[in-house]
Amino acid sequence: MVAPSLKLQDLIEEIRGAKTQAQEREVIQKECAHIRASFREGDPLHRHRQLAKLLYVHMLGYPAHFGQMECLKLIASPRFTDKRVGYLGAMLLLDERQDAHLLITNSIKNDLSQGIQPVQGLALCTLSTMGSAEMCQDLATEVEKLLLQPSPYVRKKAILTAVHIIRKVPELSNIFLPSCAQLLHERHHGVLLGTITLITELCERSPAALRHFRKVVPQLVQKLRTLVTTGYSTEHSISGVSDPFLQVQILRLLRILGRNHEESSEAMNDLLAQVATNTDTSRNAGSAVLFETVLTIMDIPSAAGLRVSSPMPLPLASPTLIRYVALMSLLRLVQSDHNAVQRHRPTVVDCLQETDASLSRRALELSLALVNSSNVRAMTRELQAFLESCPPDLRADCASGILLAAERFAPTKRWHMDTILHVLTTAGTYVRDDAVANLTQLIAGAQELHAYSVRRLYSALAEDISQQPLVQVAAWCIGEYGDLLLEGNCEDIEPLQVEEEEVLALLERVLQSHMSLPATRGYALTALMKLSTRLRGDNNRIRQVVSIYGSCLDVELQQRAVEYNALFRKYDHMRDTLAFHPLRAAILEKMPLVERGGPQVDEEAKESKAAAKLSEAAPVPAEPQASKLLDLLDLLDGPSEDAQHPPPLDPSPGGALVQLLDLPYAPPPPAPIPSLKVFEREGVQLNLSFIRPPGTPALLLITVTVTNSSGGDVTHFICQAAVPKSFQLQLQAPTGDTVPAQGGLPITQLFRILNPNKTPLRLKLRLTYNHFGQPVQEIFEVNNLPVETWQ
Amino acid sequence: MIQAILVFNNHGKPRLVRFYQHFPEEIQQQIVRETFHLVLKRDDNICNFLEGGSLIGGSDYKLIYRHYATLYFVFCVDSSESELGILDLIQVFVETLDKCFENVCELDLIFHMDKVHYILQEVVMGGMVLETNMNEIVAQIEAQNRLEKSEGGALG
Repeated sequence: MVAPSLKLQDLIEEIRGAKTQAQEREVIQKECAHIRASFREGDPLHRHRQLAKLLYVHMLGYPAHFGQMECLKLIASPRFTDKRVGYLGAMLLLDERQDAHLLITNSIKNDLSQGIQPVQGLALCTLSTMGSAEMCQDLATEVEKLLLQPSPYVRKKAILTAVHIIRKVPELSNIFLPSCAQLLHERHHGVLLGTITLITELCERSPAALRHFRKVVPQLVQKLRTLVTTGYSTEHSISGVSDPFLQVQILRLLRILGRNHEESSEAMNDLLAQVATNTDTSRNAGSAVLFETVLTIMDIPSAAGLRVSSPMPLPLASPTLIRYVALMSLLRLVQSDHNAVQRHRPTVVDCLQETDASLSRRALELSLALVNSSNVRAMTRELQAFLESCPPDLRADCASGILLAAERFAPTKRWHMDTILHVLTTAGTYVRDDAVANLTQLIAGAQELHAYSVRRLYSALAEDISQQPLVQVAAWCIGEYGDLLLEGNCEDIEPLQVEEEEVLALLERVLQSHMSLPATRGYALTALMKLSTRLRGDNNRIRQVVSIYGSCLDVELQQRAVEYNALFRKYDHMRDTLAFHPLRAAILEKMPLVERGGPQVDEEAKESKAAAKLSEAAPVPAEPQASKLLDLLDLLDGPSEDAQHPPPLDPSPGGALVQLLDLPYAPPPPAPIPSLKVFEREGVQLNLSFIRPPGTPALLLITVTVTNSSGGDVTHFICQAAVPKSFQLQLQAPTGDTVPAQGGLPITQLFRILNPNKTPLRLKLRLTYNHFGQPVQEIFEVNNLPVETWQ
Repeated sequence: MIQAILVFNNHGKPRLVRFYQHFPEEIQQQIVRETFHLVLKRDDNICNFLEGGSLIGGSDYKLIYRHYATLYFVFCVDSSESELGILDLIQVFVETLDKCFENVCELDLIFHMDKVHYILQEVVMGGMVLETNMNEIVAQIEAQNRLEKSEGGALG
């Protein structure tokens, strides 16, 4: 005879009595062995107790799968006690991944049709928790029958089960739709709550249902009005607000029904205004209702006056939770109604100081969204102050946010440079990789800033060589403009006397530091190399360093060092034949402006490679200047110089150089092909511009530019293209998928089309994007393609 | 939709674990642990909303919690639920427990885990809010308890 089994409470006592994890495990394992034995024997009297114990240890994390079949037996038992535990076990242990779960379908069916109310309740609860699609199919009609039963207890559960069924098997929605209208007449709040949830689910899934339910907007408005104006009732009120849960649900449904539908939103305007003004927000419940109301007002095309006057709970004037919710609502608002939110900018910025991480994160998001060209200086100052003190997980977002804002709205290049510099020194390690590229691009493009930037970067580097992005940019800059660093004054900052030796020593420190990444070392080495032509002293020190690294373990560095060494040794003799500069100088000349948007270029690539980048704009016919950089190894065609080509360092007799090395003379680029506007809709425009690089007659490069002059942002923009079979098409990744409103930064994308047979070009484009909250799809063929694109 | 409801004490020991979406057992335990660590770091006067941990999925999910004496009540919800509403819901749940157990304390939850589940089932069903009227819930629970007693009672 089996020893009398423990009661659940006793087991729990024992487990709690265990002093160590191992002891606990022992107790539990012993008990599970008993439970297993008892299950094998099939003792019906104590089965429910055994399962209860099993469920307890399951919660603590111990395996309990051997109890699954017992759940089935308990559910099938006629006793309520057994069913209760059995159904609980089914919900906790069974799920649709196990085949056993289907076995309870029959029991549920029986319980639904014949059981007493509590039992029906249990069955519905289980079905709505773990019901699989198959179970839902089988049991849908049973559930539907229960929807109109007299007892509200069963009805409210049946309604929520219906929601679950629809989620699992959307095709069954039609079964439940007819009952909804009747259910809305209910007075029982639980039933109403379920009904609203059901209708919401139906409307979200099917536009037809949405249209159908617009009819009930007046009814909903009436119900909400009753709730709001009703006096204090103990039944459902939470801190004086009657049934805030129901109010919130109704408001949510009204939002869905009223969206983009004039008539419905007319019907709810007054009520929304009433709720917004009358709700007492001193307690949480009232705030919940107010929040939903405001969201609804914002989402439906209601009178503009309502939007402006709707009370926005001021972030600072209220406790933490309200502040959070207010920030959330402002965040949603800023997409649609930017100006309204700008009014609250000072308070949002104050919220940055919050110690609460959730709040400061929201405040950061919102602050970044509020930056525009008029407040950029002030905002950046605030954000930079925040960056210095913010928690580490927010640093990366803050840093990239500041950099992005600076890029979009920088009033002057100098300010832009200062901002980036500040971000790099404060939070350099959190900055994204492309920040380095962006900064070098910026500096290179702003000639007047060269002296200024190299000095500032030098000072920053001298202080701290640990932040890699900063080090990389500084090294690059010193390499490029080292001569400016050493010569005299720069008018904007105090004169800095820098000796050659100091500069070299600094770069060597960077090279040797264990904190420097391999990429950073590469930058430093190349910078040293460039300095060999910029500095007036002799190059022994540099040569020494370079030759040391010729045997460095890092392959990349070693390769560079060896090549640089070769430059020193082999080509220096040319100093005699050419009056001015050896080949080394030509190679190490200042880089031209690197094109953005082209394929990503490693800054360290030999300068001439920069010239090979595809230019996006229609090419300006550039005279073939011999000061064009030459590559020892690759002979390039296609002079894709852009208009901002900086004046060459040396007005050198490049002609002589060319002669010596006998390079082909790059032909002038062909006349530019006119660009084409191919698409326009509600302020969104698509332009194509074409380039036929002269060296590759079969190649056509199309740059697609998407601009947006409307009031709404374009998001999730995808452009696809199709060409006839004889062509080869390659789409490169676009610069983004969002075009902000009012002429925000356009998206560009490059298409490469190969047309070896010179067949006439045909191009079909498919665009998908979201605009004003609506998805848009356009498919069209591009007409009027200029003949030059394919001939 | 509510994805999970977790109740654990100040040391992270689970007192009630209810998932409304399937996760394998080890993941469930991991989620409990991770949630505990996230919630433990929070001071008592900062807001009760947290971004969900990585395991419980996605940026759409938030953790909404309340701290009562030795217990944390954590609801993991998605964006279709009103955050402030859920806070009130937690309060309703706790007050219901109080009514059913008479000045509920942690020990009640420990020793009557099954009963707590039954009460929860009357408030939240299938991840959705079922009933928020305390009196109704308590009346139902009492009716069910009487039913059990009349059958000879639960023997354990």
